[in-house]
Amino acid sequence: MWRWLHPYAKPEVVYRLLGRWLPWVAAAAALTLGAGLVWGLVFAPADYQQGDSYRIIFVHVPTAMLSMSLYVALAISALVGRVWQLKMADWALAAIAPVGATLTFISLATGAIWGKPMWGTWWEWDARLTSQLILLFLYIGVLALYHAFSDNRNGAKAAGILAMVGVINIPIIRYSVEWWNTLHQGATLTVFERPPMANSMLFPLLISILGFGLLAAALIFHRMRNEILRQELRRPWVKNEFGKELNEAERT
Amino acid sequence: MSTLLTVKQLVSQRAGRTLFADLSFTLQHGDVLHIEGVNGAGKSTLLRALVGLVQLQGGTVEYHHDDWRTQLVFMGHKAGIKAELTALENVTLQARLDGYADVDPWQLLATVGLLGLEDLPAGQLSAGQQRRIALTRLWYSAAPLWVLDEPFTALDSDGIALLQQRFAEHTAAGGAIIMTSHQSLTWQPDQLQRLRISGDDE
Amino acid sequence: MTQASSWTAFSTVMRRDLMVVMRRRSDVLNPLLFILMVVSLFPLAVGPGPDILGRIATGVIWVAALLSALLGSERLFRDDFLDGTLEQLTLSPHPLSLLAAAKIVVHWLLSGLPLVILAPICALLLKLPSEAWLTLLATLVAGTPILSAITAIGAALTVSLGRGGALLSLLLLPLFIPLLIFASGAVEAALVGTAAWPQVLLLTGLSLLTLLLAPFAVAAAIRVSVN
Repeated sequence: MWRWLHPYAKPEVVYRLLGRWLPWVAAAAALTLGAGLVWGLVFAPADYQQGDSYRIIFVHVPTAMLSMSLYVALAISALVGRVWQLKMADWALAAIAPVGATLTFISLATGAIWGKPMWGTWWEWDARLTSQLILLFLYIGVLALYHAFSDNRNGAKAAGILAMVGVINIPIIRYSVEWWNTLHQGATLTVFERPPMANSMLFPLLISILGFGLLAAALIFHRMRNEILRQELRRPWVKNEFGKELNEAERT
Repeated sequence: MSTLLTVKQLVSQRAGRTLFADLSFTLQHGDVLHIEGVNGAGKSTLLRALVGLVQLQGGTVEYHHDDWRTQLVFMGHKAGIKAELTALENVTLQARLDGYADVDPWQLLATVGLLGLEDLPAGQLSAGQQRRIALTRLWYSAAPLWVLDEPFTALDSDGIALLQQRFAEHTAAGGAIIMTSHQSLTWQPDQLQRLRISGDDE
Repeated sequence: MTQASSWTAFSTVMRRDLMVVMRRRSDVLNPLLFILMVVSLFPLAVGPGPDILGRIATGVIWVAALLSALLGSERLFRDDFLDGTLEQLTLSPHPLSLLAAAKIVVHWLLSGLPLVILAPICALLLKLPSEAWLTLLATLVAGTPILSAITAIGAALTVSLGRGGALLSLLLLPLFIPLLIFASGAVEAALVGTAAWPQVLLLTGLSLLTLLLAPFAVAAAIRVSVN
């Protein structure tokens, strides 16, 4: 006997759940991010070698770490979507991708800005910067593929396959770029590999990392809710939830 | 006669609009299911969902057989014919891909009335003739279930008669057919079910 | 279905695709001419001195390989999608990944193999020192299957979109980066006289891994595209 299952998920449950969590996550994000950045940018001591210019790590390191983990999260939600045929996972993919791409871009931009005083140039073909650039390309590919489909469900499935192929490739890309870097450049000054950090710098950094993580979570929850609404616009539960607003919108 | 296929509570939505909801039926050996509906009602989507080409928003399709793909012939809007290859090559390769390695392509071409055209590239044949090449499937396949989307498209009256005769043989032998057609059938099957899907049931 | 008949299906897909291509000879010849032209443009652009050309030769040949793989990607699934054969392949009782593997092999025969054959001529045109020829050939043999496999994934993902060209390059080129790095690294190693086999071995490993996994990704992508 063979069954084709066309499962029926309950988006309204997820919608309400995310709605309940969102204010708390957003508040926690504002708090930790504010604390981490103020501590890091104002109160933490200056670096004995780099002076104040090192302070960009309080943005650069958290975004770089998150950009990577969000791509993995993207691939995991794609895998969940494939294996359990959950459309919610497909929507999660659509919610995560732009946030991840933006964080990757910020980490690249801050890396370049940091590079100017350190290397004297905006762009250096440093192994980590190059890997980050390729990660940005991978994100752009996922986003472009998702938006190329007129049907969002197919777009999410296609983008999910690409994300899974990408996540298998990432370790290979990292390794190859590192190898290429040592081959061509020998020992450049890497500002990224440093002796262990003093606690007075490490703590604000950890708090910033937490803050950026919470911020990303809040953004993703919000996008996910929007995505659910957009997909379910004509379903009865949306009408119940937004009955008044919808009627008003139709009248104007 | 035993059950071939059970369909429960299928739901299809497109662009936020419900095409059909809570659609259920069972299909026995020997049944003919004629699916009716206006353009855009979701007939093709339903057929493609039945064979697993399209995923719907809800429901189950259950084949009462382990290796369901061998139980099935599906023909959609596109003929599935390679324009560069001749009719003869198309039939041979198509049969082999379907898992029937030892068919007699000449015999099949004679049956569908394409003898004499076998060495022309299919791209030079008319739409109806290309359709006939694809339809040879119905003569060599041993699958009990045929899912046919507008099988009479582009066929002339001889072709339609030939096809309906083949349908009658198939159901008499215990096969089942699910089809859409805008033309009314001139042939009256014994076990005919009609299923009407209306575009808007909200 | 028995094992044997699945292999029949594999060879039937290959035979059908090759027969279709043979009816349109220009599809076989054009990629060859394309590679030759790309390669001969570089000396015109950077000057014919052997020191410059020899240094960039590997990069140029490999970039030509990437481009010719992308050029042949259209042929992989587009016609099958339009005429409905892809739909029928999806419904065939044989594993779709196996049929996808046949498609990958055909793509390699038409875009990877020509490059391997043309490599000596390209190396000659670009004045690649002769001690690196064998290594270049080895990287091409080991690496071009990766190109075909990954191109097939991208082509299957974009086949229903109609205007796939630029999008496809956007999706695929980042995935080709390790290939480019290891292949040119190997040739460079041969040029300076150090051992190139570690990189060639690495490429072979990557190639086998890709060939093992890619058919499943291609099959999944086809199912999305015919949806």
